[in-house]
Amino acid sequence: MSKKIVNSIIFTFMCLMVIVFLTPIYFIVLNSFKGKLFISDAPFALPTSETFSMFTNYVNGVTKTGFFSAFFWSLFITVFSVVAIILFTSMIAYYITRVKSKLTSLIYYIFVFSMIVPFQMVMFTMSKLADMLKLNTPWGMVLLYLGFGAGLSVFMFSGFIKSIPLEIEEASMIDGCNPLQTFFGIVMPILKPTVVTVAILNAMWVWNDYLLPYLVIGVATNYKTIPVAVQYLIGSYGEKDMGAMMALLVLAIIPIVIFYLACQKFIIEGVVAGAVKG
Amino acid sequence: MQKAIRKYGAIFVLPTLVAFMIAFVIPFIMGLYLSFCEFTTVTDATFTGLSNYIKAFSGKDFINAMLFTVKFAVVAVVFINLLAFFMALLLTRKMKGTNIFRTVFFMPNLIGGIVLGYIWQSMINAILVQYETTLVADANAGFWGLVILINWQMIGYMMIIYIAGLQNVSTDLLEAARIDGANTIKTLLFVKIPMVMPSITICLFLTVSNCFKLFDQNLALTAGAPSKKTAMLALDIYNSFYNRVGFEGVGQAKAVIFFVIVAVIALTQLTITRRKEVEQ
Repeated sequence: MSKKIVNSIIFTFMCLMVIVFLTPIYFIVLNSFKGKLFISDAPFALPTSETFSMFTNYVNGVTKTGFFSAFFWSLFITVFSVVAIILFTSMIAYYITRVKSKLTSLIYYIFVFSMIVPFQMVMFTMSKLADMLKLNTPWGMVLLYLGFGAGLSVFMFSGFIKSIPLEIEEASMIDGCNPLQTFFGIVMPILKPTVVTVAILNAMWVWNDYLLPYLVIGVATNYKTIPVAVQYLIGSYGEKDMGAMMALLVLAIIPIVIFYLACQKFIIEGVVAGAVKG
Repeated sequence: MQKAIRKYGAIFVLPTLVAFMIAFVIPFIMGLYLSFCEFTTVTDATFTGLSNYIKAFSGKDFINAMLFTVKFAVVAVVFINLLAFFMALLLTRKMKGTNIFRTVFFMPNLIGGIVLGYIWQSMINAILVQYETTLVADANAGFWGLVILINWQMIGYMMIIYIAGLQNVSTDLLEAARIDGANTIKTLLFVKIPMVMPSITICLFLTVSNCFKLFDQNLALTAGAPSKKTAMLALDIYNSFYNRVGFEGVGQAKAVIFFVIVAVIALTQLTITRRKEVEQ
């Protein structure tokens, strides 16, 4: 009996916390449907017939920032960076765990070292170097993300590859597979759980990253990603269109919420695994 | 087998290694060197010794940013971990709906810093307007705004790690404690907390290092306003590089100091976790 009461108190408390957690989302969705002049009057009130503005804010938000183009480039850079990171960092991780020499262990330690270096340490020199090498394109971004994301990914892949028994690979080599066939046919399938973790951690990072695309690609091109476009519309000086801002924020979180609800289990597991190992 | 793999070495190694050189190794070494130089782009550097480091500490911006960051980190870390642990305790009871709660609490962690910052900026300003102030005018509001924002973002994440830790506490142990007459609070203090110490270490360091490195949220929520009072270390470094001509070298020197601080935090964590592993 008393346990039931305690549980219902906790349940009520948790429901309250859910409301607290969802308030910011509720706030921007609500105000994205109000005329821009009405937002500051009664920010938490539902839109009335006078203040309701249909999709005007969405139209403004989309046209002012080129949201769909930003969405496309965010998706493009995220997908190709994640594919490149998974493919190439697992390969180098395989090489440096299987071929033991002073050089490979030095490379491994440099990768591990890079994980603790904050982005600010290299941001100026990296963006200048990227400029000199003409990497200020979406493909250039993929290369930079591969390089800067390599530390954590190599670390996680090597940790897993160490635990795979050598015999399986030796058997496949004896059967006449070359190392590439062995890696993609035998090792890669075993690596699957780590692939999922690495993919999720990197996808979240690349999709949300602001500074790297801002510094390398900048705002003067058509390659703006979503965070850059949001900062470009809202962070610039001058009069702000509050309505368009709300609509843009709603549009920016919709893809994330859909992605989260679709692969929630993998995301939570991946993030926890990344936290515990990193 | 090593020999066979070696033959294919270039294919396995080169793509990542080239990208890693361009994105990390070369910029890192150049950055270290340039922190001792005066320059506006990387090609016109002249060696000036330690003068950038002296300048970094003689201006009050960097010191202020450091104090603000430390203050913010301490307050935020305490709040995040207490709340996350408390909620994890409640959610590890057998109860309906725990999965839905978990889903909701974890979600803000996926929203990027810029978008997150502006969501909170618009909402906090809408509230502050009733008291005739804004985030741009009030440094105190900026500080607590950042604390609330980071709590919103990280509580769910830390909560999940604590839940994983709490679920690993063996039921035999809890049963034994109950038979020995331990009440809920004693079980918590003498059984549960000691058993989840590894999770606590992970969470403390994750929150400390994330709070220290905070940039996007800071830029979006306050951008340092009013008059740089709410600028954290990363934002101050950014401002020296890009918003002050002739201070690129000072910015790079600040970045090196920042790197050393972050590295010390990470190494402390490593030593503590290693020692714990030996004890078990």
